[in-house]
Amino acid sequence: MSFLIGENMVCGYGGADILHDCTIAVEPGEIAVVVGPNGAGKSTAMKAMFGMLTLREGRVLLENEDISNLKPQQRVLKGMGFVPQTQNVFTSMTVEENLEMGAFIRSDDIVQTMQQVYALFPALYEKRQQPAGELSGGQRQQVAVGRALMTRPQLLMLDEPTAGVSPIVMDELFDRIIEIAQTGIAILMVEQNAKQSLNIADRGYVLVQGRNAHTDTGAALLANPEVRRAFLGG
Amino acid sequence: MPFLGDDMADALNALVILANFVLVPGLAYGSQLALGALGVTLVYAVLRFSNFAHGETMAIGTMFVILATWGLQSVGISFGPLPTALIALPLGIFVAVMLCLVTDRLVYRYYRRQKASGVTYLIVSVGVMFVYNGLIRFVIGPRDQIFADGQRFILKAREFKSMTGLNEGLAIKTTQVVTVVTAILTVGAVFWFLNRTRTGKSMRAFSDNEDLALLSGINPDRVVMIAWMMTGALATIAGTLYGLDKSFKPFVYLQLLLPIFAAAIVGGVGNPLGAIAGGFVIAFSELFVTFAYKRVVTYLLPDSMAPETLVQFLSTDYKFAVSFVILVIVLLVKPTGIFSGKSL
Repeated sequence: MSFLIGENMVCGYGGADILHDCTIAVEPGEIAVVVGPNGAGKSTAMKAMFGMLTLREGRVLLENEDISNLKPQQRVLKGMGFVPQTQNVFTSMTVEENLEMGAFIRSDDIVQTMQQVYALFPALYEKRQQPAGELSGGQRQQVAVGRALMTRPQLLMLDEPTAGVSPIVMDELFDRIIEIAQTGIAILMVEQNAKQSLNIADRGYVLVQGRNAHTDTGAALLANPEVRRAFLGG
Repeated sequence: MPFLGDDMADALNALVILANFVLVPGLAYGSQLALGALGVTLVYAVLRFSNFAHGETMAIGTMFVILATWGLQSVGISFGPLPTALIALPLGIFVAVMLCLVTDRLVYRYYRRQKASGVTYLIVSVGVMFVYNGLIRFVIGPRDQIFADGQRFILKAREFKSMTGLNEGLAIKTTQVVTVVTAILTVGAVFWFLNRTRTGKSMRAFSDNEDLALLSGINPDRVVMIAWMMTGALATIAGTLYGLDKSFKPFVYLQLLLPIFAAAIVGGVGNPLGAIAGGFVIAFSELFVTFAYKRVVTYLLPDSMAPETLVQFLSTDYKFAVSFVILVIVLLVKPTGIFSGKSL
């Protein structure tokens, strides 16, 4: 059994279903990437697995425990962290306060975790007294990831972490994500930049119209001629 | 004035008039508006609606303080030169906070669960306003209540004149000093709470980005509860200070809603710093525009040019028009206010 698995998920907004029998799983220390064309249901799958959407069918298992009916906040307590695509920092609060708020559910000493985040993102340490809203796009994403790491999650879910940042910043962010995975945290992310993200993926999911179209290792998907032709531009 | 030239004495006399009728009252009135606006801004930042019941919350909190003051006076307790109401204040705050929490439980919580729009909340708060209003009239009546006791002046006009030898006197009322000191302490406490404590920061986080606050495990019910507690306390303090300084008349508190909202919006609604700045902007604008400058001008100009009219821009009857005009100008020119508010 996988560490986290969304099995045969069917759900959508209002009447129409967006996901149809979609399955996504991730293991500790592994990077799983969900790619696919616009409107394929990538972000929807993410929201469904984090409990921000109610499943009509299927279930979400975390370490074999059915968490389908838990609210997002309860999933945070179970060791899941989530970085939304937009509005993922407290813009009027300083970097340090953002991290502090990330650790809100913890009652123990958070200084060590904060130092780990600063070690991972040294730029944030320098700007720790600045409002997060004044940072550059890439640094805001770092704050967003750092905030989610403050709960010491076993699983980190990222919704298009590189949306709107430059290619250099993207490579940098992917390097940091690999580092996070190497500490044993499971990483599940949705990405627009299919090629680059499959490069770092242990496991890739290609969704098309809410269904699993291709599932394989990142390298195998990159080598798959059908995937290349349809999604990676040849 | 043997040691000063006549011109110098005239200028000083003019300044003293301004200080006596504009500066000192403005500081006190501004502090009262600032505290009121802080309550409005807090509700807006956390619950995201304009609380039209805030004026009545101030009135009802003040009513509790007055009742407690009468109780204390009847058993012979007083606060020496300071108003007895200051001892009664914590009790009044407690009852007002309870009332706010009960109101939230009975009224606002229902609409929160419905995820009602801001306009719905606003209308609901108008309903709450009417209920509070009725409650006040039922318990204490619509008439004027003067409940300030203790020493009336800290500095009397006559003392000031004999101290300085000037023709004009500067009077400072005890209630004015009490107002400014209490406001400074209260605002200090609010800012310390919001910026230094974990709970205060969680309120700012909730106000900044509700979804992310939920993802971070911040309990929305607790944030809302604390927001109401602070609102009740701030309203009671603001109302009591206003009542001590002027008098307690329920209808006047209803009218205060306009300058208070103007203050909150001028500063940037949702921004506590803005609420305070806005309070003073409104208070001083009101006083400057409605003040009769005749005596000031008479001192400053040669006798031959002394004005015959009051040299007043607007009659004091129109003081609310000042808030209203400022409100309109701000909404037209910079709708987000001086501090571009939205979150705590």
